[in-house]
Amino acid sequence: MKYLYFPGCSLKGTGKAYDESLRAVFAALDIELSELEDWNCCGATAYANIDETKSHVLAARNLAIAEKQDLQLIAPCSACYLVLNKTQHALREQEQTRRVVKEALAAAGLQYKDSVTIRHPLDVLINDVGFDKLAKRVKAPLKGRKFAAYYGCQIVRPYATFDDQYNPTSMEKLLKTAGAECVEYPLKTRCCGGSLTGTLPEVGLRLSYILLKEARRRGAEALVTVCPLCQFNLDAYQDKMEEQFDMPILYFTQVLGLAFGLDPRELGIKRGIVSAEAMLAGGR
Amino acid sequence: MLQQNIKYEESRDPDFARWATEQTGGENIRRCIQCGTCSATCPVSSYMDHTPRQLIHLAREGFKKEVLSSFTLWLCASCYSCRVDCPKDIHVTDFMYALKRRAMAERVYPKRFPIPVLAQEFSRMVQWFGRVNETIVAAVMFLRTDWFKLLGQTGLGLKLMRTGRLSVFPESIRGRSELQRMLKAAEASKEKEVASR
Repeated sequence: MKYLYFPGCSLKGTGKAYDESLRAVFAALDIELSELEDWNCCGATAYANIDETKSHVLAARNLAIAEKQDLQLIAPCSACYLVLNKTQHALREQEQTRRVVKEALAAAGLQYKDSVTIRHPLDVLINDVGFDKLAKRVKAPLKGRKFAAYYGCQIVRPYATFDDQYNPTSMEKLLKTAGAECVEYPLKTRCCGGSLTGTLPEVGLRLSYILLKEARRRGAEALVTVCPLCQFNLDAYQDKMEEQFDMPILYFTQVLGLAFGLDPRELGIKRGIVSAEAMLAGGR
Repeated sequence: MLQQNIKYEESRDPDFARWATEQTGGENIRRCIQCGTCSATCPVSSYMDHTPRQLIHLAREGFKKEVLSSFTLWLCASCYSCRVDCPKDIHVTDFMYALKRRAMAERVYPKRFPIPVLAQEFSRMVQWFGRVNETIVAAVMFLRTDWFKLLGQTGLGLKLMRTGRLSVFPESIRGRSELQRMLKAAEASKEKEVASR
């Protein structure tokens, strides 16, 4: 199996552990990842505040480059995943956007024929690799560890492509395959605050606080996420909250990698600001 | 108090109401039944001056000033809850984007307000390098809004540095000039579309 890989800016910066663990897990499963040639920033939520058409141009450049190879495109960051999907929808539904983007692409000698399939790694692991193959690869099941599976907003909304929009369950199934337990976590698709933690901390931190408090109340030892911004918000600001949760925030790829018996260093476990080591040693 | 809540016919701006229905996300606002599902599902509506339901009503009636100066636009974190729950298929999140763009174009937002500044700096960096360095964008945002807050981020910066998550050098794509050409072409072709209308 081979896929194109769109890491996105966060995975090259604060979300490095996501990039590392994703590559390690895919390598362990003999899946080849080929990084998209000279990819650019997807524009995230910020660019759409400035210029709608240009935000589609940014995403379309990546899609056009991806289309040169007959491979599906993996986008692990929730914002990238959403934005690439959004542009694909806009190009299908809005005639004017289609015209303008076509001209913009032509200015760089590019074209896009709408043939790229955008996938989330969670989707790929579950539906392309499958639970049977994943279970066979599990060497060090995370017995007794209790996690809260947290999806956040943008991989299920507004375009639910591989899981239920209101009650997604794919990550729980994956974590159970890794040998861990999952607590009931009804806030699994509630917003973490996004960029508000930086711009309006009094609002953003409150949203993150609610998520951590509920995870703790439900008996979770760690919260498992699919998004670099969720991971950052929930991990980096715990000391600014009115209660001390001391709750590690892991990527689902890190959990899977640990269950595969991969080296924690390879999975970026130490990159957590809240250390996961005590929890993983079973000391909690 | 009562006086403040009364809206007068003459303060309506029909052009603005028309503009609103022509935006991405605004197509269906005339169908809004004011059920308030958007406001109920919104995780930040308790911080808003007008709930999303109220804002949609104000916009379609043409109360331009109230809408564009509302704090609501800037609070939207793009979680899309309102959009998926709306019984009339109104794309509220996209409508918020349209309102934010208009408010920025008309410069009706508080100076030194971090949210539009973050959007501007983020976009500037994408246009310039093709990629975004989170550390630099955040630092510039604090410098432009409240540099004192940047000092407050030192602890966080050190933790990110300790865990190897802080990068201070911007990464650039090879096709920088190509990307800039594309963005310019998009602008030109959009202007042409507007002119031909």
